[in-house]
Amino acid sequence: MNLDKLLTKGQILWLTHIGALIPLAWLLYQDYTSGLSVNPIQDWTLRTGKPALVLLVLSLACTPLNIILGWRNIIPARKWLGLYAFSYAAVHFYIFIGEDYGFQWIYIWQDVGTKLYIIVGFSALLILLPLALTSSKGWMRRLGKWWKKLHQWVYLAGVLAVFHYVWVVKADYREPAAWGVLLGIFLLVRIPVVRKRIARWRSRLRGPAAPRARRSPA
Amino acid sequence: MSRIQIPKIPWQEITPEEVFLNRRKFMKGAGLALGTAALAACSMPEVEEVASGGETESAESEAAPAELAATDELGDPLNTFEQITNYNNYYEFSTDKQAVARLAEGYPTSPWTVEIGGLVNNPGTYDVDDLKQMFDIEERVYRLRCVEAWSMVIPWMGFQLSDLLKVIEPTSEANYVRMETILDMEGMPGQRNSSWYQWPYVEGLRIDEAMNPLAILATGLYGKDLLPQNGAPIRLVVPWKYGFKSVKSIVKLDLVAEQPTSLWMAAAGHEYGFYANVNPEVNHPRWSQATERRIGERGRRPTLMFNGYEEQVAYLYEGMDLVANY
Repeated sequence: MNLDKLLTKGQILWLTHIGALIPLAWLLYQDYTSGLSVNPIQDWTLRTGKPALVLLVLSLACTPLNIILGWRNIIPARKWLGLYAFSYAAVHFYIFIGEDYGFQWIYIWQDVGTKLYIIVGFSALLILLPLALTSSKGWMRRLGKWWKKLHQWVYLAGVLAVFHYVWVVKADYREPAAWGVLLGIFLLVRIPVVRKRIARWRSRLRGPAAPRARRSPA
Repeated sequence: MSRIQIPKIPWQEITPEEVFLNRRKFMKGAGLALGTAALAACSMPEVEEVASGGETESAESEAAPAELAATDELGDPLNTFEQITNYNNYYEFSTDKQAVARLAEGYPTSPWTVEIGGLVNNPGTYDVDDLKQMFDIEERVYRLRCVEAWSMVIPWMGFQLSDLLKVIEPTSEANYVRMETILDMEGMPGQRNSSWYQWPYVEGLRIDEAMNPLAILATGLYGKDLLPQNGAPIRLVVPWKYGFKSVKSIVKLDLVAEQPTSLWMAAAGHEYGFYANVNPEVNHPRWSQATERRIGERGRRPTLMFNGYEEQVAYLYEGMDLVANY
C-alpha cells in the first residue's frame, strides 16, 4: 500500500489543522454553553495539557512513519503539529499562572519549589518556544546547519512532557506510560543504526528490484 | 500581615438553595464547633458530651442580620447543591469527576444495610433507615478539602460516629474503625473497568479520631437524602482530613486491632498515608497542599491547618510527627 497515493500533502495538512483545533473548539464550545464542570479551571488545565502532549508526540511520529512506512507526505505535518503542541502548552501555562493561581506569585513560587512536575513542564515549554519561533522556512535558511541542531531539542521536550504527565497522575500510570513508550519507540527509530536496519528491511520486503530502495548504507 | 486578597464572588446570586438554609440551623453547627473548641483543651473523654451542649448557642443567632448568606463558621459561603452533586471523586463510577453524577444516577441505595462487627460487644446488621431513627440527624456545615487542592463548603446531614460506637460498644482490644464501600462490579462501572485499584474501597480511623464529635456518618446534604454520587445512603465525613478519607456508600464497619490498609495506601502508599490530615506544611508531590481553590472562586486561598479544625482535633496528634504520619 502506498500511503502517499492515499493522501496528498495538502490533504494531510488540512486534516492536521482540523484535528489539532477540534479539542480547542470543543473546549470553547463547552465553556460557552456551561458544559464544563464546576471547576472549569481544572478542565481547561487538563484539556489544554493533554492535546499539547498528544500533538507533540504526533509531531515526533512523523519522521518514524516516514522511515518505517515510507510515508513522505506526512513530513510537512510535523511542523504544524509541533506549533499546535506549543500553542496548547502556552495556553496551558497561562491557565496555570493566570486562572488557577490568579497571578498570586507567592503561591506559585511555593509550588514551583516543591513540585518537580512544574519545573519539568515549564522546561518543556521553554524548549518549545525558540523552536516555534524558528519554525519558518526563512529561519531554517538563516540558521543553516544550526537549525537541525536546535530543533533536535524537541526530543528532550517530548521526554519532559511525558514525565510532566506521569507526575501529575494520581496512581494509575498506564496512560502516561503508554505515551512514554510510544515516544520511546519514535525516538528509537531515529537512532542511525536502527534507522538503517529498518531501511534495509524495507528494501528487502519490497524485493531486489524495488525502484525506491535508494538509501545508501553510508 | 495580610498577604494576598482573594476576590470574593457574590454567592447569593448563584446559590439556588439559598432559601433552604436558615440561620438557626447553621448556628447550631457553629455553636457545636465553638463548644467543641472550648472543650478540646479539656480532658478527652468529655469531648463527646460537648456536641449536645452546643445547641444552647443557637439562641444568640436570632440577633444576627437576616440577610447574611449561609456560610461556614469562618464566614465562607456554602457551595451550591449543583456544585456539590456534579463534581465528585468517586472512582467506583468514574475517574471523571463530572461523569460520576450521570453514571451514578438511579444507583439503588435503598434498602441498604451496614454490617457492623469486629471487636464490638453488639455486632449486627443495621438498616440505614433504622440508623437514621436511632440517632439525632443534625446539620453540619463542613469544609471539604480534596487532596487535589480544591475545596467546597457543604451542609451535611448526619449523626456522630461516636454515637454509633457507643451503641455497638468496642471491646478493649479495638484500636481502629475500618469501613468499606460496597463492592458491586455489576452496578459500578469504575470498579468493573479499573482493575488497577484493589476494590472495595477501604478507609479507617483511629478509634479516638472516630470518637471526635466532628466525625459524622452523613445521610444527607442540603436537607435531602444523599444522592448516589455523594456516597448515598451513608458515608463518613471527617472534615479535618483530605476528602478521600471520607469513605462513601458504606456497607461494612468493623472495629479492628491493627491499622487498616486503605485502598489509597495500597495503590500509592508513599503519597497517601493512613492519617491524611489536611496540612499545608506537609507537601504532596503533585498538588499544592499549601493552597487550594474553593470551587467557584478564581485563584487560590491558603489551606488551613487541619482544614480549619485545628482547635477541635489537634489534641489527637499531640507529640506525633505529622510529616512521618502523613
